[in-house]
Amino acid sequence: MRGGGLLLSVTRRLSRHFATDSAPLKKTPLYDFHVANGGKMVPFAGWSMPIQYADSIMDSTVNCRANGGLFDVAHMCGLSLYGRDSVPFLETLVIADLAGLKPGTGSLTVFTNENGGAIDDSVVTKVKDDHIYLVVNAGCRDKDLAHIGAHLESFKKKGGDVSWHIHDERALLALQGPLAAPTLQFLTKDDLSTMYFGEFKMLDINGFACYLTRTGYTGEDGFEISVPAENAVDLAKAILEKSEGKVRLTGLGARDSLRLEAGLCLYGNDMEQHITPVEAGLSWAIGKRRKAEGGFLGAQVILKQLEEGPKIRRVGFFSQGPPARSHSEIADASGEKIGEVTSGGFSPCLKKNIAMGYVKSGLHKPGTEAKILVRGKPYDAVVTKMPFVPTKYYKPPK
Amino acid sequence: MASRVLWASRAASYLRISTFNRAFSTVLKDLKYNDTHEWVKVDGDSATVGITDHAQDHLGDVVYVELPEVGSTVAQGANFGAVESVKATSDIISPVSGEIVEVNDELSNSPGLVNASPYENGWIIKVKLNDAAELDSLMDSDKYTKFCEEEDAKH
Repeated sequence: MRGGGLLLSVTRRLSRHFATDSAPLKKTPLYDFHVANGGKMVPFAGWSMPIQYADSIMDSTVNCRANGGLFDVAHMCGLSLYGRDSVPFLETLVIADLAGLKPGTGSLTVFTNENGGAIDDSVVTKVKDDHIYLVVNAGCRDKDLAHIGAHLESFKKKGGDVSWHIHDERALLALQGPLAAPTLQFLTKDDLSTMYFGEFKMLDINGFACYLTRTGYTGEDGFEISVPAENAVDLAKAILEKSEGKVRLTGLGARDSLRLEAGLCLYGNDMEQHITPVEAGLSWAIGKRRKAEGGFLGAQVILKQLEEGPKIRRVGFFSQGPPARSHSEIADASGEKIGEVTSGGFSPCLKKNIAMGYVKSGLHKPGTEAKILVRGKPYDAVVTKMPFVPTKYYKPPK
Repeated sequence: MASRVLWASRAASYLRISTFNRAFSTVLKDLKYNDTHEWVKVDGDSATVGITDHAQDHLGDVVYVELPEVGSTVAQGANFGAVESVKATSDIISPVSGEIVEVNDELSNSPGLVNASPYENGWIIKVKLNDAAELDSLMDSDKYTKFCEEEDAKH
């Protein structure tokens, strides 16, 4: 078997964009807990993270949707902006309509560069008008903090009232699946049944002061829980115990399968510096007022694409043969190249190949037939709507 | 995990060979192994090739096997196909040279046979050997067992 070593080929796929060679790997507060629970640790974005535990990636993925999964995402970077001008400041850097957000709600957003390309994607929450809480990708931490920090300095120099704090004293856990809310409800007095998708609360969970967001990266109902780092292991243990083992520790391998099934972008694969949110199919995340006013980096490029349509678009595929992988070429029936796969794999829940990639506009409609080349051979593929697996976000009754 | 150990014990008693059962992988005594985790079972000038229990365990659930054509040739040390798991693709490297006389078409419908039965129903190709002397450069079961231990210790 050769793929750069068996386990290495798996990690290489996930960490290609985020490899750091020289420094020793960072450990989250749950590192020893992972190892004690059979976690297979691999390097990811400069951290030692569990790719899976004793159960297979396939079983783990299926279990998350059937019961629930608990993920250590403490490698991701949480930060807060404080001050009267937090909202206008951040609006210069992201596409979201932050002013229009109800306090205690948040959304997926994109940090853009001057060309309208994506610097990173992030879940941003307006806690109050003078407090914004956001989480950015581990692999983009240094880049994002340098970017935000530089703009913060110039904004302050012009008299703006904003400061920031990086939450390295906290750890982030993700609890996803149908048992997420019932399990968490055992650990908190707050009524979770009235907390809907995208909402945020500061509350006590298991006696610890947590930031709770009803959000996630799997398509399932669930939460991201920011807990003081010294309480992370105890919270993880409490969650697993309350679920009587039905919620399982779940690693990065399953996390990638889950997000792919949910049609969600992985920054570094499906979104990069040269890809705009419009091309990535995230126009819905650009606030209506922002589309009219602009005022964020790269707005001129993005507004033009909204008007004229982008030249390429992100789409989903079902395909035959071996699973399509990142960088596989997409061709039309006559063999001419029309795009490239950016993420792909075998769906544990659908038991078929799924992939995401970019194709020329015009060839992006569901049902469009194409060929995907794997190891030089073309295999039938068809453009498909995403999510591949229906999402279960907890929304208020209509 | 439990079912694999059970299978290994049953296979062991059926084949009347000793198996070395560690928590995660089985090594069969009368096979030869290369350092990329393929096994070969020789019968005269004909050989059957597959991937080892150690290999399938590390790969995870196999979802697709790319098989070569019957009639094509393989060379020792060269790849002749690929095994796909949920997350990764791995080349299959041939431990022997020769002409492929049969491929396991069952794997097209049931790629999971590679996981469930890596030494039996999960066989991949049958080869007419060119040069039996090539087998001398392969590892026996004891050497391969030690090789796996050393490799795992590095991770």
